[in-house]
Amino acid sequence: MKLKTISKVLATAALAGGMSVAQAEDPINIGFVYVGPTGDAGWTYAHDEARKYVEEQLGDKVKTTYVESVPEGADGERVIRQLASKGNDLIFTTSFGYMNPTLKVAKKFPKVAFEHASGYKRADNMGTYFTRAYQGRYLTGLIAGKMTESNVLGYVASFPIPEVIRGINAFTKGAKEVNPDVQVKVVWASTWYDPAKEREAAETLILQGADVLTQHTDSAAVIQAAEAKGKYAIGYHSDMSEYGEKAHLTAAIHNWGPLYLKKAQQVLDGTWKAEDLWPGIAEGTTDLAPLNEAIPADVVALVEEKKAALKAGEMRVFDGPVINQAGEEVVPAGSTMDDGALLGFGFYIEGVEGKLPQS
Amino acid sequence: MIFKLEKRPSDSKAMAYLSPVLAVLLTLISGAIVFASLGHDPLGSLYVFFLQPLEDLYGWTELGIKVAPLLLCAMGLMLCFKAQVWNIGAEGQFILGGLGGGFLALQLGDVESYWVLPAVLLFGSLCGLAWAALAAWLKTRFSANEILTTIMLNYIALYFLYYGVHGPLKDPDGFNFPESALFSDFAMLPVIFEDYRLTISILFALFAVAVIWTFMSRAMLGFQINVLGQDPSAASFAGFKDKKLVWLVLLICGALAGLAGVSEVTGPVGQLNPYIAPGYGYAAIIIVFLGRMHPGGIVIASMLLALTYMGGEMVQMDLTLPKSITGLFQGMLLFYLLACDLLISYRIVRDRPVQTKSSSNQQETAQA
Repeated sequence: MKLKTISKVLATAALAGGMSVAQAEDPINIGFVYVGPTGDAGWTYAHDEARKYVEEQLGDKVKTTYVESVPEGADGERVIRQLASKGNDLIFTTSFGYMNPTLKVAKKFPKVAFEHASGYKRADNMGTYFTRAYQGRYLTGLIAGKMTESNVLGYVASFPIPEVIRGINAFTKGAKEVNPDVQVKVVWASTWYDPAKEREAAETLILQGADVLTQHTDSAAVIQAAEAKGKYAIGYHSDMSEYGEKAHLTAAIHNWGPLYLKKAQQVLDGTWKAEDLWPGIAEGTTDLAPLNEAIPADVVALVEEKKAALKAGEMRVFDGPVINQAGEEVVPAGSTMDDGALLGFGFYIEGVEGKLPQS
Repeated sequence: MIFKLEKRPSDSKAMAYLSPVLAVLLTLISGAIVFASLGHDPLGSLYVFFLQPLEDLYGWTELGIKVAPLLLCAMGLMLCFKAQVWNIGAEGQFILGGLGGGFLALQLGDVESYWVLPAVLLFGSLCGLAWAALAAWLKTRFSANEILTTIMLNYIALYFLYYGVHGPLKDPDGFNFPESALFSDFAMLPVIFEDYRLTISILFALFAVAVIWTFMSRAMLGFQINVLGQDPSAASFAGFKDKKLVWLVLLICGALAGLAGVSEVTGPVGQLNPYIAPGYGYAAIIIVFLGRMHPGGIVIASMLLALTYMGGEMVQMDLTLPKSITGLFQGMLLFYLLACDLLISYRIVRDRPVQTKSSSNQQETAQA
């Protein structure tokens, strides 16, 4: 019985191998490595939506495979390598911790195209990409600053890395612009995905007086906590309104679809090359989820106005003056933070409460 | 019911060994049913899960990468558990080993000498040992429950690691990301096969198995550990120093888990980052019980558990099944093992004697 099965599997494999030789135009295979479960409603969910979008758009020209909840330690390299050796032509590794493993595998598979999200190491066959999510964050900050009554905003954060700090600062900058008295309190959950811990952190912030919450973790637990306590919340990664209809003001969302489609098309056309992409609100990679009806019309108008200005490049989020917690002017008025400084953001701006862990 | 459970006069030795085999069989059968109900060919899916990862040498080397740290932690834990010292702290000892060894590797980044690696390995093991020594001291000096202290020490170890990679050990050229620089080649464990990642840490692990196996079956100290575990009062009557034994098993476990940690960072990881410990210290606890607290069983159990992770990745890639399949298989394995363990102390017998008695009673009544 077992032998039969094995031979059956072998036969199938041989058949599949023969087919790929026979077909004139092969579909390209695209592999995705996810750090969380696809149902997290957050980071991984957004990437998986983009994967489905690519499949929808390119039909039978592509075949996609994904592996979810891949740990960022020693296991990542095995999964990436396995995907490469299984004949994937393009592999997206969607978390920072995969940077070195992706680079190692890329060196061993020079014909496979690798795309790594959020990192800074590149190779001839390894590009990097990210989204200027901080632009969306800034817009949600405007809303939070207008909607708060206690002037305390709560932020559940994962780990003090530049991406997260940039988000906190952008949110704070938006809130402070419309409400100079506002304070942003940050609780570090020290996890990307742990709904129980995220919720606990949210409840701590509510106890400390926060009445608008947001998070840089991957689940919708913060929204649920706010809904239960009758507070407002702003989602991240994807539209989280179904987790708290009243609480959910909006969300800073990612839309990776067009970027992934472009990369897949390039591989199909044979024009792919490794590059460093950092698209944002102008390209639609970051955007806002539909706004809650509780937001007054003048605030909606303000958000629209700033969004248009960001899109048109008339302003940037970290245009000076940018003031740090000590009150020092880090970026003077009339100048702006360059991408290098943004990528290595390692301090809090004025308006964030508390000390940045290990800056 | 025609069958009933009956307490055995004494525990069945045969069932103690058969129970895990039975559990594996039941897991396979249930797994086949799960695959079939998801619309996949059950045998083909089991093949993808359990055999396809080991089709080639690469697969075996990848299995070795997971088995080595699991084995090192599990062997140390086995000693502890045999002595009834419930050390849950292999995870923390693993982290401290990785952190300490990684720290030294970074400090010696510019030293080009073949002494770097041995020094790093030794220092990592000592850090793991020191972490376990804390628990041993708390237990022997203050009678603090080691289950609680070791769990708490695990968290402290993890936050030490976070502190290190977010702070003083952060790569200065790393855009503030929480990772150290990559270690120099002189701090890296040599690989066994070129092109594959498996390092000589698997040899450390097998060596530890051999030594501990011999130690437990031949050495007086091994005998003392066994007696202490089975009957502490007999042990103290025989004049064994139980505090000394508590120290001994915890220190050995700490050193082994520390070695596992430092081998992980100087092997497949190659740097310090927040994710160096994917829970090997906790998984090793399961392995010790799955392997019947026996070195041979532990080797098999660690391979089996490592395989479930790799198989889980395979079914995701080939059958587009979710990651939960991995957890499902691990859960079923444990569940069936616990269920089958019932048969060690109990046996299933036919419920005949009672039935015949009642039916003959009825006959008598009828006759009357």
